[in-house]
Amino acid sequence: MILNFINLEWKQFFRSTYWQKSVALNLLLAFFALFLVGMFLIMGISLFPILKKEFPDADPFKTVNDILFYWILTDLIIRFFFQKLPVMNVKPLLTLPIKKSKIIHYILGKSTLSFFNFLLMFAVIPFGIMLIINDYDIVMVLFWIFVLIDITLIINFLNFLIENLASKTELSFLPIIALTGILYALNYYDIISFTTLLSGGIMGVANNPILILIPITVLAGLYFYNFKTLKEKLYIDNSLRSKTLEAKTTNLAWTQKFGDTAPFIQLDLKLLLRNKRPRSSIFILIIGLLYGLFFYPNPLYQDKVWLFVFVGTFVTGIFLINFGQFIPAWDSGYYKMLMSQNIKYEQYLKSKFTLMSASVIIMFLLSIPYVYFGWNILLAHFATAIYNMGVNSHIIMFTGAYNRKKINLDQRAVFNYQGTGAVQWLVGFPLLLIPILIFLPFYYFISFESGLLALIVLGLLGIVLHQKIMKLITKKYLEYKYEMINAFSQEN
Amino acid sequence: MIQTTNLSKNYGNTNALKIEELIIPKGQTFGLVGNNGAGKTTFFNLLLDLIQPTTGQITSNEITVNKSEDWKPFTSSFIDESFLIGYLTPEEYFYFIGDLRGRNKADIDTFLEEFEEIFNKEILNKKKYLRDLSKGNQKKVGIVAALIGNPEIIVLDEPFANLDPTTQIRLKKILRSLSNNKDVTILISSHDLNHVTEVCERIVVLDKGEIVKDISTSSKTLKELEDHFAV
Repeated sequence: MILNFINLEWKQFFRSTYWQKSVALNLLLAFFALFLVGMFLIMGISLFPILKKEFPDADPFKTVNDILFYWILTDLIIRFFFQKLPVMNVKPLLTLPIKKSKIIHYILGKSTLSFFNFLLMFAVIPFGIMLIINDYDIVMVLFWIFVLIDITLIINFLNFLIENLASKTELSFLPIIALTGILYALNYYDIISFTTLLSGGIMGVANNPILILIPITVLAGLYFYNFKTLKEKLYIDNSLRSKTLEAKTTNLAWTQKFGDTAPFIQLDLKLLLRNKRPRSSIFILIIGLLYGLFFYPNPLYQDKVWLFVFVGTFVTGIFLINFGQFIPAWDSGYYKMLMSQNIKYEQYLKSKFTLMSASVIIMFLLSIPYVYFGWNILLAHFATAIYNMGVNSHIIMFTGAYNRKKINLDQRAVFNYQGTGAVQWLVGFPLLLIPILIFLPFYYFISFESGLLALIVLGLLGIVLHQKIMKLITKKYLEYKYEMINAFSQEN
Repeated sequence: MIQTTNLSKNYGNTNALKIEELIIPKGQTFGLVGNNGAGKTTFFNLLLDLIQPTTGQITSNEITVNKSEDWKPFTSSFIDESFLIGYLTPEEYFYFIGDLRGRNKADIDTFLEEFEEIFNKEILNKKKYLRDLSKGNQKKVGIVAALIGNPEIIVLDEPFANLDPTTQIRLKKILRSLSNNKDVTILISSHDLNHVTEVCERIVVLDKGEIVKDISTSSKTLKELEDHFAV
């Protein structure tokens, strides 16, 4: 039975058009994973000598245990954003003669094979070997490794519970931020010192193997709790079917000003407001807006002006990057209809452009208060806003012609980028980095202002040539029309 | 009105469709029948320029459909649920399609009054998004939307499937009254021999991508078709 499941998933993965179209991207991800493994290996081997040298008075073993609490918090956050819940297309299986518990055990079991569970082991095992070489008790070290495996799995299953909880709420990343934030704060202000508690606990188990039963019991408890919640969900009228909300009719008559693109702008606004996935791009606006606060108040960054350009591009362009990179996949569900309806591609694309430009302007206006940290910042935001409007918007729409991945609008919201994961951020990088690369030479050889001027000129150029560029982009979309229709009509 | 020449569509080595010549004159109500995989939907997809032909072409009103987009203003269609926009209410969807076809809200409201019977009070003003309607009701919305804006060519793929018996009968009534209008060409595909023979003036049978029968509907047609498909 398990073999059957694996077979099914294998086929689902390799037979999707997405995989076939983006081998390169998958290779890139694989490369990234190997890189991480390498880093952890090196860390595992070198940690012991480094700690010994830097803190000769402290026991390296104890120091590592002290840090573990922070690792757990980090791991929880990383997993929440990047580890995908092991979903299986269970609906077709429900009526077949398979025990439900078998399906669930399989889903949960599969999750233990996640990359994230192995990553830490690449550091823990070499570190353990170093401990043994340095005359630590073998039995103790083995139990220590065992406890860490146990903790990793606890995090693994804890993550599911959090994700399950998160998927029910609108601001799905709030619970995790709140949880880790509170834990961190409690520890930081020494209200409850998790560092010592955890460290003491782990040391205790390592020294007294019988105590290993405690973490194992916790793990088993979590596993069965997950099992129970999943089992309740395996009914088509529960989670497998999306619940019906009362529809709100909105008027949006003000959009009529946009002339022949008005119907599409209305459609896009409804798309944004009524579907989980795109709605998350709106919430991301808030994060984006606050992003500057990470850097600007910090005196450390005051003289690093290239950072203003980076933050400026990010703040004014966050919606553009987030929404733009899934053009035209947002409309993939009804793409066939759009293609056979009485519309011109140009109008369709123009409405997307209008929406993105509007977002850039709005984000720029909202970011004006940053002027508190210096006029240069306002200037940089202005320049990057123009650049985003004139250059990045066109780039992102152009790359959209190569978009072959269907989006299921109803699927879960923020940060769970169905099938995209890390890829999402890869797309954003060039958009954020190129303006810095343009800015830097002008800044070094002439002045800060000239660097910004270069961005403004490029942006204005893009805006002036807008009609021409749109013609070009439209041509590309028409060229790939059939491929897109074909790819979008496939379920993932 | 619609002229097909030398049309073929291959997927790898298999021939999905091969039509040397097929002319559908203006005003005809044209039925396409055939078993699964006979090429009905492939033909409609080609007609709507959703897939590319391997050879040949379809011209619609003297416009080659895969060369120019000018056939779009007078052509409307409903192929499957992917023609619907799930996050709109039925009204919004009708208004949207109306916008694309140059009809304002008031036009659409009067237009929809004709279909009150078909909607059976289950569609309008229900405060439901299209994605939350049942399959049958979704289909009704799609078919009615395809009639917006006085199109000259209406393409419906399997319009009767998934509909309840009452709606099937009402839909047939609507299609028949449309076919009385000699400016409207209607193309329908169906598995249901009864329905097509009742509605269509001409029926073409496809088998493995090729035309095997081309019949002007008469009282004997149903029997002839049943004999053909009874193997």
